[in-house]
Amino acid sequence: MSKIIKVGMADLNICKSPDGITTLGLGSCVGVALRDPVTKIGGLLHAMLPDSTVIKNNTCVEKFVDSGLDELVKRMVRAGANKARLEAKLAGGAQMFAFQRNSDLVKVGGRNAEAARKKLRAMHIRLLAEDTGLNYGRTVIYYPETGIYVIKAVGKPEKSI
Amino acid sequence: MDNNFGFEQIDSGYLDVLKEIGNIGAGNATTALAQMLQRKVDMKVPQATLLEFRDLGEAIGGEETIMAGVYMVVEGDIRGSMMFLLEKNSARHLANQMLGGFGDPNAEDFGEMEISVLQEIGNIMTGSYLNSLSDLTGLKIFPSVPEIAIDMAGAILSVPAIEFGVIGDRILMIQTRFTDDVDIDGFFILVPDLDSYHKIMKSLGMA
Repeated sequence: MSKIIKVGMADLNICKSPDGITTLGLGSCVGVALRDPVTKIGGLLHAMLPDSTVIKNNTCVEKFVDSGLDELVKRMVRAGANKARLEAKLAGGAQMFAFQRNSDLVKVGGRNAEAARKKLRAMHIRLLAEDTGLNYGRTVIYYPETGIYVIKAVGKPEKSI
Repeated sequence: MDNNFGFEQIDSGYLDVLKEIGNIGAGNATTALAQMLQRKVDMKVPQATLLEFRDLGEAIGGEETIMAGVYMVVEGDIRGSMMFLLEKNSARHLANQMLGGFGDPNAEDFGEMEISVLQEIGNIMTGSYLNSLSDLTGLKIFPSVPEIAIDMAGAILSVPAIEFGVIGDRILMIQTRFTDDVDIDGFFILVPDLDSYHKIMKSLGMA
């Protein structure tokens, strides 16, 4: 029996096929899904903020795109994934409210998505597909067996990338 | 931001004070709602909690619950986020009632009129919440123009969570649920930053 492992906000986890991995209600946060297509080990990070280096209180590595991806890859490799084979898919990074006043946090969704692209590039992980931006929340489910990333949003047809 | 005041200083006594703030704020707001609707609306006992981000979804009844969320940034002596969340069916019900039956109760999406009405309800309710808090503490509180989103609760709450994420690894939240046991089910959430929290305590003679 396959199961679906749940990842919360500022959280990450790994799974192995046939299991899938999910995170619910991504808003401005991003969900970065990784897998090794040979060993079928997958992982998902639900990060809230782009950059751990500019913030003082950063003991929670899963909160940030950069430190979260480092940790996720480390855990996947420990579980038997090969770093050189990893491939990624990306979702989230929406702007939930039209006008968010706090200037530091304007367009944090877009900055999260950009940070994920940049970090993946730096780690030499291919980004195969993404569904980011706009103004709505997303629930995502990733299946390391196929690499299919299912995206659900309110009032929109389900899609797979 | 300079924080000489940290999470470790938050004990049950402080949380009790925050609960009382939720009690007074949400009490006034619930009264405002009851007056608007001319019916009885109950308020549950407020909760003041220091939550891990990953537990946030559970705390509001599931990340995927579709809700109408009215959000405003609070500035002045107290800084942070204020949210008013209504479960989708309650939101539709409230909007229809305010529109005197002109809304479409069976429509899948919310129309422009309904969204505008919900935004105004949110404005009135968060306004009365913050006013009573300001009266109690003598602190100046300036809410921004309210914004509305109708989406999954997790996605809506990611916005105040991210703001809090900048300063800490947990989120301090004063949450009050209100219901009329039939049609209305919603929450108020006040997320003060740590500096404001200290100021609230000081103004109440607690720190």
